[in-house]
Amino acid sequence: MNERHYDIVIIGSGAGGGTVAHELAAMASAGVRVLVLEQGARIRDDEWLTTDDLRTTGAEAAIADALYEDGGGFLTADGTMTLAFGRAYGGSTVVYTGTSIIAPERVIRRWAVPGLEHGDVEQRSRKYMAQNHVHLQPPELLNENNRLFVLGCERLGWRAEQFPINVKGCRGSSLCNLGCPNLAKQGTNRVQLPAAERAGVEVVTRAEALRIEERAVIVRIAAKRPGERGEPSEWAPGEYRVRAGIVVVAGGAIGSSALLLRSGFGRRLPRLGEGFTCHPAHILVGEHERPITNDVGHPKSFYLDRAAEERYILETCMYFPFTTAKNLTGFGPEHSALMRAFPRLQMILVLACDRAVRGNRITVDRAGRPVVHYRFTREVIDALVRATRASARIFFAAGAVRVHAPSAEPPLIERDEADRIDERIDARHFKPGKISVSAAHLMGGCGMGRGPADSVTDAWGRVHGTPWLRVADSSLFPDAVEINPYLTVMALADRAAEAIRADAPALLGERVAAPA
Amino acid sequence: MDPVLSPVRPIFRALATTIVPEAASLDEDGWADVERIIESALAARPPALRRQLVALILFLELRPVLRYGRRFTALDPDRRSRVLRRVQDSRLLLLRRGFWGLRTLVFMGYYTRPAAAAEIGYRADPRGWEAR
Repeated sequence: MNERHYDIVIIGSGAGGGTVAHELAAMASAGVRVLVLEQGARIRDDEWLTTDDLRTTGAEAAIADALYEDGGGFLTADGTMTLAFGRAYGGSTVVYTGTSIIAPERVIRRWAVPGLEHGDVEQRSRKYMAQNHVHLQPPELLNENNRLFVLGCERLGWRAEQFPINVKGCRGSSLCNLGCPNLAKQGTNRVQLPAAERAGVEVVTRAEALRIEERAVIVRIAAKRPGERGEPSEWAPGEYRVRAGIVVVAGGAIGSSALLLRSGFGRRLPRLGEGFTCHPAHILVGEHERPITNDVGHPKSFYLDRAAEERYILETCMYFPFTTAKNLTGFGPEHSALMRAFPRLQMILVLACDRAVRGNRITVDRAGRPVVHYRFTREVIDALVRATRASARIFFAAGAVRVHAPSAEPPLIERDEADRIDERIDARHFKPGKISVSAAHLMGGCGMGRGPADSVTDAWGRVHGTPWLRVADSSLFPDAVEINPYLTVMALADRAAEAIRADAPALLGERVAAPA
Repeated sequence: MDPVLSPVRPIFRALATTIVPEAASLDEDGWADVERIIESALAARPPALRRQLVALILFLELRPVLRYGRRFTALDPDRRSRVLRRVQDSRLLLLRRGFWGLRTLVFMGYYTRPAAAAEIGYRADPRGWEAR
């Protein structure tokens, strides 16, 4: 097996790994050897979706395959929910919409992690808001899909809030979830990783971390297949043992938990893989009488935060034809009629704020592949139903003539039934396996806490009992964050990097001077 | 890798046209596109999943025999819809999620074709507002 030697190895290049890489860039400039391993490919600037691509059969599926694990359709163990997580240079920051929200104080307080204060999370989040050019889109760039959401909320007396987003030069392609074709989204692939590489951090793509050994990572470099998007790996295909004084795991909730589990850490860390949450979500559509602008403009500009009171969040959204078709319940002529109304569709994503409960966890199968066990609790189903009812009211208040609600039977609700929303949308129609539920906010598995009995790491991402091993991603969340998570991931990764800088002299010896 | 759909192609097409009625008007090139997209997605999935899909398609072909005395492919469109609706609402999670997977593949094959995007009026373009 090939052997390579580094001081610090970071596994993953998304919001967590990319942040740590950037924060350690000064050390790299000073001669510390820092390596980032990314399982996905480095997509070239000219490989994002083009107008011609969209005229090519299967383009949506092909780029989803390049950017997501299992093309965005990773199934939970019982097959009732799909999980979407990125796998590319930049991780999930390549495929999110760039919505940048600071974790609420009540959430950090409820997490009750000793040494983690909301003020610190907020301060670090603001640092990344500035670094990532987070701002509000000007009104003239908001499409009708978003403006109708605001209008519906206003007519109901609810206050929709505008999402700050991290774009620079957004042209409104609406294709954010397939990677920004205009390089506008300020993910780690645009901001932190290039800066880190300029400072001397090495990034190796198509590099799958198979397992962690004592101060080493076993890595498999995959060859680029014919026709695949992305650059070939920086290293020759094959297996490598990468030795390092510090190993930082930042492969996302599922990737990090699975890697540590198949490396045997579960034997002394009983909480490893536990506490998985994901904000289970539905897509709802309302049909208007006239065409609206929906497939142009940033898709996710507003939200209604009812997490504290009713355990749900509503967000504007707009998806591609296949994703939309998959998320509408049913099939046949009614389904087709709704798809053919695409130019008249308003869309809302409803997210339930789930809680870490016993049984919802990440394990690995005999081959070491991740398996996510997730059961919809009564609380989650009720939250989705409340969110669906609220969305239906928003659609109708905004002028929709009919609404498609997954938790209604039949799922189409006509305007003259608007006064029967509570009756039509009911938990008894929430039938897992029939209706589409998906999640993209994957959290937990390596939660922070006091010690091995209640957690996997401390408040700085140090794995209990293994000083050279760190975690720096959404797997650190001890429970759901109840808002789009990437900024909180960056704040926690920033803390993990600070702890690494502080501990580096002790862990790396004479190669690193003690911090002043 | 051996194609999954070719051994069960007539049944698959009968199922697909029940799920997306517009698929009935596809010509042979159109069907080839749909099936190529699905085969490509399946190629990256575990072999067990591909076997399960074929088993499900064969099961759906035979399921109506008890109720209607005919195979799925021999039923009229209304009865085909009724058969699939019962599967979709089955008390067995295994059946519900199996059908959900099948319909997802059919939607992927049908709706990731540019012709389908044009049919439904989907106009997203990387140039965004400038393209309007």
